[in-house]
Amino acid sequence: MGSLKIENVKKAFGPVEVLKGIDLEVTDGEFVVFVGPSGCGKSTLLRVIAGLEDSTSGRVLIDGTDVSVTPPAKRGIAMVFQTYALYPHLTVKNNMALGLKQAGTPAAEIERRIKIASAMLSLEPYIERRPAELSGGQRQRVAIGRAVVREPKLFLFDEPLSNLDAALRVNTRLEIAQLHRRLKATMIYVTHDQVEAMTLADKIVVLNAGRIEQIGSPMELYNSPANEFVAGFIGSPKMNFVDGARLGETAKTIGVRPEHVTVDANSGAWKGTVVHAEHLGADTNLYLDCEKAGLITVRIFGVYNAETGATLYATPDAAKTYRFGPDGKVLK
Amino acid sequence: MSTATRSLPRAIGAHAILLTYTAIALFPVILVVMNSFKSRVGIFGAPLTPPTPKTFDLIGYTTVIGQGDFIHYFQNSLVVTVASLFFVLLFGAMAAFALSEYRFRGNTMMGLYLALGIMIPIRLGTVAILQLMVATGLVNTLTALILVYTAQGLPLAIFILSEFMKQVSSDLKNAGRIDGLSEYTIFFRLVLPLVRPSMATVAVFTMIPIWNDLWFPLILAPSEETKTVTLGAQLFLGQFVTNWNAILAALSLAILPVLILYVIFSRQLIRGITSGAVK
Repeated sequence: MGSLKIENVKKAFGPVEVLKGIDLEVTDGEFVVFVGPSGCGKSTLLRVIAGLEDSTSGRVLIDGTDVSVTPPAKRGIAMVFQTYALYPHLTVKNNMALGLKQAGTPAAEIERRIKIASAMLSLEPYIERRPAELSGGQRQRVAIGRAVVREPKLFLFDEPLSNLDAALRVNTRLEIAQLHRRLKATMIYVTHDQVEAMTLADKIVVLNAGRIEQIGSPMELYNSPANEFVAGFIGSPKMNFVDGARLGETAKTIGVRPEHVTVDANSGAWKGTVVHAEHLGADTNLYLDCEKAGLITVRIFGVYNAETGATLYATPDAAKTYRFGPDGKVLK
Repeated sequence: MSTATRSLPRAIGAHAILLTYTAIALFPVILVVMNSFKSRVGIFGAPLTPPTPKTFDLIGYTTVIGQGDFIHYFQNSLVVTVASLFFVLLFGAMAAFALSEYRFRGNTMMGLYLALGIMIPIRLGTVAILQLMVATGLVNTLTALILVYTAQGLPLAIFILSEFMKQVSSDLKNAGRIDGLSEYTIFFRLVLPLVRPSMATVAVFTMIPIWNDLWFPLILAPSEETKTVTLGAQLFLGQFVTNWNAILAALSLAILPVLILYVIFSRQLIRGITSGAVK
């Protein structure tokens, strides 16, 4: 109860094709994250699943039932929005109750569900307040509570953390992860932030320009990206890409993650000068301008003292180097 | 305001400009109100002085209340203004919501078509409107005025409101849809309260020209039964003799209802502006 199947969904706004044929299967209880750069169609896909947008063609099945023509309220979904989207004129309690009232749930049952949800999200002290009297983090918890009380088959999250500040974002992320563990519900989460994707997901769907680039667990995507786009999108700092021809390689592009490059003052594969160093405490990011490889990023764990302008030798870990063909696909 | 951003000469300059403007804007109004309390000799002898015990006279007001059916005229004006305002706001907001919310074929064209009314004065169509009203038997009814004023107010209302409606968070509307609210509930319960300040703006812009209009009452509803205040005041404007006391008194009285309506709406206006600014 809570599976989703998307079959060849396409969506066009006039002549602009936003989704170019999406196929996806989500099993019950999974936490799936759609990730991709802005404009890749991830939010549109979520809105098609929610029923807020009609697909141009293709089918959406929730629990095996085709819901393509079912209105959003009847799909058994709940959605949490980036801008919270709380009803400004209603108290926290009524915000949570509205959807249930519309569906004709008995008052006692509404009361019970609100009690459980507000305890789960520690909303009890604010239950009679209006959204204007709450902070951003509290508002987003109310929005999550509003989704929880509906006991939906599918939870849909549309960049729910984007409007929160950095510290709150980490906290709320944790709460969402715990919520998923407790409810064991199917959740679909849209974000452009790959850190959120990596930390929350059972399964990540990487989208780019209306197509799915790769589907896999966070570690699968990190360790074996299918193509250059996924390799560059997952991981921070971004993977270094070097033109194969410059290194005398047959592959079009060679990729190596910043954390898989070592540096040495005396010898190594690529000689370069330090352009900039970022000291983060736990690790240090060096930007090296190499003669052979061009500008690359190196991530060193711990503190590393490097002066700007100093000469260093960088050596990529051969076992963790990716080779990409001319079409961007990874070469085995 | 902090001391760092306050500068005395600048403050004085700004106040001087604003005070001058206020004086210029209020001068005719004050002149009318002031002279309405004076005798005929007082008005012509010294029009710029306030009423003194010698010139003070309520003859204007007693004439207005005694002669003609001024209470009735007021009633007509109020009915026409309030009803037109209601329809302009209701239909304007609904049309604006449809134009800003739904994607349909011809959306932009429809928006342009409706905005066209801002540029073309409705009075150009007076002859056709009159023929229409004669044909439908609506001449000398308040309905005729209400219909014309609704049509006159709609273009600007739709134009302004659709801009504001576009700014209402689409997430909020979608949250309502997921919770199973109908499109009407979304419009009336979620969207309308959020655009209330802009509704007040539109209300003020729509109301004043309707209240002050002389043209359409004169042409479409000049009967004694349907006279509005502005038309009623013409009673005292003779070709040879003009009863200035009565006219000034009628005009002073005519300011009151519109002032009250304005105060009601402007409170919304100011609340809207400040609540947006400080969040």
